[in-house]
Amino acid sequence: MIPKRIAGIRFEVLSPQEIRRMSVAKIITPETYDDDGYPIEAGLMDPRLGVIDPGLRCKTCGGKAGECPGHFGHIELAAPVIHVGYAKLIAKLLNATCKECGRILLKDDRRDHYINMIEQKKRLGQDCEDVIKEVFRVTKGVKVCPHCGTEQTEIKFEKPTFFYEGEHKLTPKDVRERLEKIPDEDLPAFGMNPKAVRPEWMVLTVLPVPPVTVRPSIILETGQRSEDDLTHKLVDIIRINQRFMDNKEGGAPQLILEDLWELLQYHVTTYLDNEVSGIPPARHRSGRPLKTLAQRLKGKEGRFRGSLSGKRVNFSARTAISPDPNISINEVGVPKIVAEELTVPFHVTDKNIEEARELILRTEHPKANYVIRPDGRRIRVLDTNREELAEKLEPGMIIERQLMDGDVVLFNRQPSLHRMSIMAHYVRVLPYKTFRLNPAVCPPYNADFDGDEMNLHVPQSLEAQAEAKILMSVQEHILSPRFGGPIIGGIHDHISGLYLLTRGEKLFTRKEVMSIIKPIEVKELPKPKYVKDGVEYWTGKQIFSMILPDITIEFKAEICQGCEECKKEKCEYDAYVIIKNGELVSGTVDEKAVGAFKGIIIDEIMRKYGSERTRKFIDDMTHLAIRAIMYTGFSFGISDEDIPEEAIKQIHEVIAEAEKKVEELIKAYREGNLEPMPGRSIEETLEMKIMQVLGKARDQAGKIASRFLGMDNSAVIMAVSGARGSMLNLTQMAACIGQQSVRGERIKRGYTYTNRTLPHFKPGDLGAKARGFVKSSYKEGLSPVEYFFHAMGGREGLVDTAVRTSQSGYLQRRLINALQDLKVEYDGTVKEQTSGMLVQFRYGEDGVDPTKSFRGKAVDVKRIINEVLSSEGEQVREYE
Amino acid sequence: MSEEKVEGEIEENASGENMDYDKIFEEFPLPMTVKEEIKNELVKINASEDVARKVVKKCYEVYLRNLMEPGEAAGIVAAQSIGEPGTQMTMRTFHYAGVAEIDVTLGLPRLIEILDVRKNPSTPMMTIRLTEEYAQDRSKAREVANRIEATYVLDIADIATDIRRMRILVSPDEKAMERKGLTLEDLKKKIEKGLKNVEVEESDGKIVVQVTEPSYKVLMDTLDKLKKLVLAGIKEIRRVIIRKEEGEYVLYTEGSNLKKVMKVKGVDASRTITNNIYEIYEVLGIEAARNAIIQEAINTLEEQGLEVNVRHIMLVADVMTADGELRQIGRHGVAGEKQSILARAAFEMTVNNLLDAAVRGDVDKLKGITENIIVGQPIKLGTGDVELVLKMGKL
Repeated sequence: MIPKRIAGIRFEVLSPQEIRRMSVAKIITPETYDDDGYPIEAGLMDPRLGVIDPGLRCKTCGGKAGECPGHFGHIELAAPVIHVGYAKLIAKLLNATCKECGRILLKDDRRDHYINMIEQKKRLGQDCEDVIKEVFRVTKGVKVCPHCGTEQTEIKFEKPTFFYEGEHKLTPKDVRERLEKIPDEDLPAFGMNPKAVRPEWMVLTVLPVPPVTVRPSIILETGQRSEDDLTHKLVDIIRINQRFMDNKEGGAPQLILEDLWELLQYHVTTYLDNEVSGIPPARHRSGRPLKTLAQRLKGKEGRFRGSLSGKRVNFSARTAISPDPNISINEVGVPKIVAEELTVPFHVTDKNIEEARELILRTEHPKANYVIRPDGRRIRVLDTNREELAEKLEPGMIIERQLMDGDVVLFNRQPSLHRMSIMAHYVRVLPYKTFRLNPAVCPPYNADFDGDEMNLHVPQSLEAQAEAKILMSVQEHILSPRFGGPIIGGIHDHISGLYLLTRGEKLFTRKEVMSIIKPIEVKELPKPKYVKDGVEYWTGKQIFSMILPDITIEFKAEICQGCEECKKEKCEYDAYVIIKNGELVSGTVDEKAVGAFKGIIIDEIMRKYGSERTRKFIDDMTHLAIRAIMYTGFSFGISDEDIPEEAIKQIHEVIAEAEKKVEELIKAYREGNLEPMPGRSIEETLEMKIMQVLGKARDQAGKIASRFLGMDNSAVIMAVSGARGSMLNLTQMAACIGQQSVRGERIKRGYTYTNRTLPHFKPGDLGAKARGFVKSSYKEGLSPVEYFFHAMGGREGLVDTAVRTSQSGYLQRRLINALQDLKVEYDGTVKEQTSGMLVQFRYGEDGVDPTKSFRGKAVDVKRIINEVLSSEGEQVREYE
Repeated sequence: MSEEKVEGEIEENASGENMDYDKIFEEFPLPMTVKEEIKNELVKINASEDVARKVVKKCYEVYLRNLMEPGEAAGIVAAQSIGEPGTQMTMRTFHYAGVAEIDVTLGLPRLIEILDVRKNPSTPMMTIRLTEEYAQDRSKAREVANRIEATYVLDIADIATDIRRMRILVSPDEKAMERKGLTLEDLKKKIEKGLKNVEVEESDGKIVVQVTEPSYKVLMDTLDKLKKLVLAGIKEIRRVIIRKEEGEYVLYTEGSNLKKVMKVKGVDASRTITNNIYEIYEVLGIEAARNAIIQEAINTLEEQGLEVNVRHIMLVADVMTADGELRQIGRHGVAGEKQSILARAAFEMTVNNLLDAAVRGDVDKLKGITENIIVGQPIKLGTGDVELVLKMGKL
């Protein structure tokens, strides 16, 4: 079955006849409901306009609430009014056409020239706006009509809807009469389509009244009816319209009529758009501006962005997330109460009818919630009708079965910045009330467990389920299309764990090995590395090798110190990783090997064995890491930043020296002995030099601290292996926080008239302390002055983040909007779909998918050469 | 031409068993960049024909496997790949990039600036390379710098007003004059040319500017004009810094005017760039602008330590330049010129787009993504783009 498609949607302006033709009721009274609560005939809630109350039937189509789409009515305006949205165009038209004969102020051949130009541009899919602009510009300058010879007077337009001819004000009626005279043949020159619009239609004589379904009234708890903003506005219009008619018939003076006419214009204007500049917005009794037609469409929560582009769905759930390292990365733990509510359709055939019957008869978790009969009726399965429904079950019915283990669901965390923000997971129904996910999939979602919530959607159709499984599964997104490297991998404890396991030569007895590899499927143990006194010992590297597939690879680990000459396998830091035929020969496994974003091993397995094997590796790796870290134990506390007295003394010395140097610099500056750097003022030079000195002092303090902390310190292990934190964080905790900055400069704001940051200092003090240098460490604690400066710097960071999210969000929206219609065609070209414009002859110049590319390269030549060489039995070279 | 020569030399220098790998490539139509890389690697390991053939064959297989699949939403992937790291970028506007002396906008603000195609970026900057004869010698480079850097009267002289006699006295500083390579005569001529209604005279090393009309206002106006008068160099270029890089002197400027700088003697126009993309578009054309967008975007992202595949950036640059004009990403460019009314209405300026479309009698053909989402139809991308249907029961 090929679904029908809408070929197109044409936009036109409604003519008065059209408005009357589609109307089912002429609305004349401003009243809505009578005293009994029934809608008044010919009122704004006329029953012919549709139904909103359940139980009633529509007087026009007979449909019930929900079935009847509603029908338009109309109001006959006592006098024409300008449509605000077109006021500017009307002004341009009036100035471009003759006041007498209505013809365009151009000779026919010139007009045809422009029309041809516009048509040609349209045919080519180009923007014809500039030609139209030129037409209006040229015609505005014409003083005498080339057709009838009448002299033209300029018409001044005053926002929002007023026109003046010299001093004389034009009424909408005058305007309409002039527009009527413009012939159809001239319209294309103004970019108007005579088939879609007549200029006089831009001056309203009849107002369509939207159906009640568009403006439903709500009944408050008190039983009172509260009308929609649109209804309020329409009431105003009808009221003034009536008064205008009465006055006109009664022969009221012209002045009063004009006032009323203007009032009617105001109401119609605000009915269409309540944010027009130049007039006060119409307000609700409470003082809130009314939300009228334009406001309904506009903006983020408007019809277009809020309701049409973004849709609400059923079969979804949302709750907090928490980690579960024991489930696979492509699984999600779903709380039982959620699983009992969400359903998957189960199509009953004669082959599975017994299974379906069983589901209906069940009273516990995987049971059927609803039975849908072929006529579309949904029946809830209850204790009372269970037996009956099971009996009446027949092929062709659909039952809605509760979510079970193995169902595929989509899992999402906002903000959905890239496609990895929605991935397909397999369900694992678990107790408690949070969604559970393997911490290795946190990076693509950018999730943590400090209270984050995530959404879950259940695809209903078989097609959707198939697509989810094949295209959206977590393992299909291990490689990021952004840079062609893994985005899923070990984080935090996974890295610390493997680091502890594989670093150096740790030995484990058989019992220990078995406890570590318990969650992993290992068929047989390798030969123990050592046998001492009859006891077998395996190394941590051997244990890690058990989860590796057959790969051969060499690279420098994260902990690499960047020595001038690499000693390779003899590296004293054990930082040179060699994996030969699936055996970790040397080196330590850390962030570079298995981490998210870096993970060279993950990348290699992905390319050699594909997504499923990689998924298994990541699962095994996380299991192994957690076991390993539990075996050694790993903790981190305040005492981990303890440094000996000696170190503290050294740090203080370094800082004192730096402060002295700063004083010297300031002295030199005061005496005028400071040589400015090229292109900088002396003040700037001083600042830069001071920053340099203080920055160096902090680095030195950090070095001293880390020397005393040693490599076995938990914080150091986390920092060097890339598990969490950096050496800088550590420095700030143990040694010295360093210079605080606002806008990249030392803190200089404060009491400007005395030129000091705080009253604790002398005016004009440029010293380290007075400009926000914090010499304490977090552990020592900050002095009040330091604390204040630290808060200043911290606040800047917060503001920065807040501003950045909104800015980058808008940038992303614009990018998506500009690029969303680009598609790679079967011939490898990239085309814009709406216009058919060719954007690239070959995607990315070589047609290579960035996801599959090797960190941007079309083909990983070195790897292939190594592969070929190793198959030839030759020496393998180092990986870069 | 020269490239071929270099290669020939390598092959000669290598051992005898080395051979012409080009032949193998004839069977396997790989992109140029890949070919080059394979060739270089093969030469490095001195591969035999057998090995070389195996490598190339395998590379070709991998290449075919790595190709983009038809129907892929390349645009959306590109937009996400550039937009997502935007959240991780810093807001801090100023910092140095390579040259400590010149402030350059970086991070998210710069990325926005590039995609917005601002005509006046907040920190225009040029990197000027010199022709051979000027690039090796510092004083020669200084000479070029003097021709480029805007020199004002105040840079080389003191200005004093003599209200009683209605004149302005310009007393030049000889040292400064010499450094800038100007003479008193030049100065006089420039002032004569640049100011109206004045008489310029020279008297013992000073220049006297006499206002012809004895009015205080005219005198002050003349003074202002004199202060703004550019004696030498290019007005837009406020500062020039000379640095030695990779064995040659390179000029970095604050401010940019590509058109004028390219004409300056001693400037190697083919290696001179500006970070003002719009200027590149105007002076060198659309293809150069495309490359400039790619280069600037890559530099901005790289400086922030963010890895983004070039192909994404290329696609964005190609969209911005596809119809021969530079169009920004946003309301006044790519997104605003969409054919679809509904897509435009869903982006920005909802009401105006609908009103205009009605007057024109436009038709939305529902070919794009947003439109089809709005009317509730499957979109024409990826699996939604496949028109092949299996007739049930025919299997």
